Amino acid sequence: MKNFLAFITVLVLGYMIVVSLDNNEAFPAYGEADVSSRVSQAFIDRSVTEDPGDIIFGQATNLESGPANIVTAIVADYRSFDTLGEVTVLFVSSLGVALLLGGKKQKRLELNFHPNFMLRVGSRALFGIILMTGVYIAIHGHLTPGGGFPGGAMIASSMLLLYLADDEFRAKIKGFKMLESFAGTAYVLIGLTGLLLGGYFLENLLDNGVIGDLFSAGIIPIVYVLIGLKVGSEISGIIDNFLTEEGV
Amino acid sequence: MLQYAAIAMLMLGLYGLLTQRNIIKIIVSINILEIGLNLFIVSVGYVEGGIAPILTSDFNNNGLVFVDPLPSALVLTAIVIGVGTTALGLALAKNIYQKYGTFEIDEMGEE
Amino acid sequence: MDLVNIVEIIVSVLMLILAFLAINSKSLVKSVMFLSALSMLAVVGFVLMKAPDVAVTEAVIGSGLVTSLFIFTLLAARKVGNK
Repeated sequence: MKNFLAFITVLVLGYMIVVSLDNNEAFPAYGEADVSSRVSQAFIDRSVTEDPGDIIFGQATNLESGPANIVTAIVADYRSFDTLGEVTVLFVSSLGVALLLGGKKQKRLELNFHPNFMLRVGSRALFGIILMTGVYIAIHGHLTPGGGFPGGAMIASSMLLLYLADDEFRAKIKGFKMLESFAGTAYVLIGLTGLLLGGYFLENLLDNGVIGDLFSAGIIPIVYVLIGLKVGSEISGIIDNFLTEEGV
Repeated sequence: MLQYAAIAMLMLGLYGLLTQRNIIKIIVSINILEIGLNLFIVSVGYVEGGIAPILTSDFNNNGLVFVDPLPSALVLTAIVIGVGTTALGLALAKNIYQKYGTFEIDEMGEE
Repeated sequence: MDLVNIVEIIVSVLMLILAFLAINSKSLVKSVMFLSALSMLAVVGFVLMKAPDVAVTEAVIGSGLVTSLFIFTLLAARKVGNK
């Protein structure tokens, strides 16, 4: 009976969604969205403050926002303040996990399988490659798909590989905590510097350069690398909390 | 088609959230709801024949037809918040298991 | 009916089946595995909708880290139960 009631509720919800999507100007049909009538067109043209004209890859200079990847331009430049809040949410959740599972932890959780020699050595070799891929993705966030969030998560998954391949291994959690605090503080300090010198929070003070170069887009690669470090160390801390327990 | 699949997944996630009595299953349902919602938000910005919103040496000017980049940016942050909430929920589940010895909600409270 | 549409339909149907199985399977480990496979298919969906940034993030986080966190919780629970 309860399941039937839940089924009816869900069906009514689905019917309401489908009906409200039908013939609605705000939600056009799948594949027929008109980007030029939306606010996104201003982000694509980089014309929020003034219209720079045509943007050609590898030639346009001194845009209001430099990255070639438009999603990065939104995440780390136009809406950077949102991203600061979002990183804070992740920080609070990792703090909550540490509070719930923390305490005096000494020992690794004992698993049923014990890795052999080949697995240990092989995963040490893979660890470097995965770590480098994560750092590469974080550094090239303004040119290619990816950026700080997947880069940081990839750094954390390389730590996860080490944890799985060696049942004695424990990362230096103090180092991670210091790295996390450093990255978070540096993000806020960059924002405050922009506020003092440029007039508003997270103002892009450095030169934007030519769109498409590695050293372009001003502070955006720096901010994205900091986000990557922060996300990576937070998720590594969460993994360590899940894989340790109190003991001798 | 993908948009309707996203709506159906959203409904399935809500159904699981309402009917399941196991903590792990509830967190799995929340994850399914989240994936469905992310797919739906991205599908709102899809343009037929558009290209991914990245300037490269092949697609090199802003006059081309791009897919809407704003839903992508929103979903990018939503996924990372999702892993944070999932980790917090699982930490709570682990503590509940240590206290009651079960994941089933109905079997708790008779310690 | 070109290839992209066919892939879209296959991915949609498979995602719905996997979501149903993940909610209704009896074993918790199987449920988590179905969730991981669902995440991987959602990556294909994001690529089909031309959102590569989201696809990379979902591939790393959704099917890698979240699954491992679920499995660690289940392993710790099983160990306490054996005592």
